[in-house]
Amino acid sequence: MSNLGIEQFPDYQVPGVSHADFSPYESNGGSIVAIAGEDFVVIAADTRLSSGYNIHTRKQSKLFPLSNQTVLASTGCWCDTLSLTGLMKLRMQNYEHTHLKTMTTDAVAQMLSIIMYNRRFFPYYVSNILAGIDKDGKGVVFSYDPIGHCERATYRAGGTAGALLQPVLDNQIGYKNMNLHGEDAPEVTKERAVAVASDTFISAAERDIYTGDSVLINIITKDGIETQELQLRQD
Amino acid sequence: MALAEICKISNASYMKPTAWTSADANEDLKTFSCNLANPYTLAAPPFENPMLNLNQIQANSGKTGIKIDFDHGTTTLGFKYQGGVILAVDSRATGGQYIGSQTMKKIVEINDFLLGTLAGGAADCVYWDRVLSKECRLHELRNKERISVAAASKIMANIAHEYKGMGLSMGMMLAGYDKRGPGLYYVDSEGSRTPGNLFSVGSGSLFAYGVLDSGYRWDLQDKEAQDLGQRAIYHATFRDAYSGGIIRVYHMTPTGWINVSNTDCMELHYKFKSEKEAQ
Repeated sequence: MSNLGIEQFPDYQVPGVSHADFSPYESNGGSIVAIAGEDFVVIAADTRLSSGYNIHTRKQSKLFPLSNQTVLASTGCWCDTLSLTGLMKLRMQNYEHTHLKTMTTDAVAQMLSIIMYNRRFFPYYVSNILAGIDKDGKGVVFSYDPIGHCERATYRAGGTAGALLQPVLDNQIGYKNMNLHGEDAPEVTKERAVAVASDTFISAAERDIYTGDSVLINIITKDGIETQELQLRQD
Repeated sequence: MALAEICKISNASYMKPTAWTSADANEDLKTFSCNLANPYTLAAPPFENPMLNLNQIQANSGKTGIKIDFDHGTTTLGFKYQGGVILAVDSRATGGQYIGSQTMKKIVEINDFLLGTLAGGAADCVYWDRVLSKECRLHELRNKERISVAAASKIMANIAHEYKGMGLSMGMMLAGYDKRGPGLYYVDSEGSRTPGNLFSVGSGSLFAYGVLDSGYRWDLQDKEAQDLGQRAIYHATFRDAYSGGIIRVYHMTPTGWINVSNTDCMELHYKFKSEKEAQ
């Protein structure tokens, strides 16, 4: 380098030398919503997969059925989603072969938390919501932060439009600030849960560029998983 | 292929002709969820100094739009008095500006005689409290007696010290009742561990300290002590934007912990307001 006479320059002043930041993550967008009822749980996700201003596909399901009582919805960095859900499926299969029974939703929820924490120092960039029927036959929703903090809830929104959708659910499902207390608040029915979940996505598609195309809705009851599809704006 | 043979590249795992055998799957399973078998082994990041470099990725968020917000923020307090230990916490979890949850459980019930409060990274605290709970149970089985609060907090401090500089964020109080009476320790992710009579931890701790210090005496009655803890957290939720939700009060007695109350701070706001007006 010294014979070129450039050694006295710090490298950023030399033309042609570029420095790339290490950016291992990508946001592929998408939103998820889950609403639990007394003996069912509804979990929905849009089907758009994009990066930046490009739409990769309009029909990618973000719902991962782990058993016939448990569904994991995952958005964020799609490659992290794939490796995480792949690992979960493998773990579930292993458990089934070892213990000759399917993992309960509660057990899956704890396992997911620990598996996500394994990557504490290089997190999975994902927004996860786990929905299922618990051991008492009740519908449950578990939501996660990127390093595996897990909280049990009855309704939750996540993904790129999570902050847009959660207030709608707080109002329509949680009856927050409506002066309804305890048993005054009407119990959420399956039809209403599906209707509210659909409505939230219609609203999200209006304002979030990463949410749109269509919504896949899974309704989980003790008898299994029923799937519905709803078309959203295609733009 | 010949060159690859000479260079022994074909032995590399990514050159395997038949990719996915069940043995490989099992190997992957072990590697990618190694902390299920041993909770102390977490995956190493693909860069050195995670505290610095993970923050660097975070700092690029302006460009990439990628922001990893962990759940954070808290006001927690704990104090010893003649009737045991009182712990009181709020329940708001914030990821950046967004309120991720208003109903979080910030007191972890480690066992019947040990409680931990969590402040800082929620996942860090919950994960390591779970590990601690396992260690405490193992201690019980090995030694045929319950672990002391001192020993339990030492385990926690050792864990924190092991990971010091890696970017863990924890500020926890461990409260318990053992042979030596009520115990209260403060342990944090910097590795410090201090016994004490009165602590408050988290973003709203200063507000809580103000109320707590003015009302604290050793000889408080149970009801007085529980109300003091609740009131201190209430004032913190009022002034600190990162605290709010439900105020949970726990009481550690010689016969184990009791969950005294879980009250929405809105309810307390109007209660205290009417009390003030009545005076």
